Amino acid sequence: MSAPGEALPYDVEPHPVTGMPNGRLGVWLFLASEVMLFGALFSSYLLLRAGAPQWPPEGGRPGDLLSVPLGTLNTVVLITSSITMVLAWSAAVQRQLARARLFLGATLSCALVFLGVKAIEYSAKLQHGKRPSTDTFYAIYFTLTGLHGLHIVGGVVVIGYLLATAGRLGGPGARAFANRVENTGLYWHFVDLVWIFLFPALYLL
Amino acid sequence: MAIDLEGIVDAKREAAQPAPDPHAAPDTSKPLLVFVALLCLTLVTVALSALHLPRPLAIALGLSVATVKAGLVLAVFMHALQERRALRVVLGLTAVLLLLVLLLPVLTSPGGLANR
Repeated sequence: MSAPGEALPYDVEPHPVTGMPNGRLGVWLFLASEVMLFGALFSSYLLLRAGAPQWPPEGGRPGDLLSVPLGTLNTVVLITSSITMVLAWSAAVQRQLARARLFLGATLSCALVFLGVKAIEYSAKLQHGKRPSTDTFYAIYFTLTGLHGLHIVGGVVVIGYLLATAGRLGGPGARAFANRVENTGLYWHFVDLVWIFLFPALYLL
Repeated sequence: MAIDLEGIVDAKREAAQPAPDPHAAPDTSKPLLVFVALLCLTLVTVALSALHLPRPLAIALGLSVATVKAGLVLAVFMHALQERRALRVVLGLTAVLLLLVLLLPVLTSPGGLANR
């Protein structure tokens, strides 16, 4: 047991029982709980949609109310950020600090672009008086994309932290850094995965 | 209480396997291919929506493409299939629970299958 004030050891070796580092198992279990969180909201979406006389309630198609080009752009941006995350992890494993930083920076930039595009979409909706209270379509749109956006913000914080600490790469810290990038990558790919379903469900179908 | 001895033995056998070289360069060719595939499938999704197909068909096609994309991300970017058996069981259980949560409103809503 650690004494007060003593840093907990960051163990990158696979645990003898689970066969994987504790951090990775922890991230996977966290993602399993996230699946249920988004699953519950998707379930609510299905319930609201199935119970509505027409969808969207104000008529037309979702693509008439939301910007499909901006949604498509954000999908491409997120997919791109996923591959840059993979490349950052690959560089970190090979102890290539400059490359790891470059790709982490690219991932961070993609995340910020995504948030910027989302802000443009939100401000356009709010300027037209469309709020979560407008109808069930906008309620579920703002709730799902808002929660997803918060996950992007969380990713920005963690990736920013990784970028800031990448300078300590080398020596025994190198494996821990690569392990952190891998765990962050798991989370980031999950955020991408959620958007893969959100985009067609909200913008296209 | 039944104990899954076989599962424990499997877990120990898997854990006993030699760990891969931690500094070996991960293969990035497959992720790059998947990246291109994901971009193409995104275009397919948008193109399908532009066809204004009947709603049920559009929803079935759109969600099918999304499921394929999600499978690619899980399998290649997240290496889910290469994870240990114990973790695959956890992920499988999560998938079953997710399916249940998604099916509940369809089955129990006033016009749902359970009320017909």
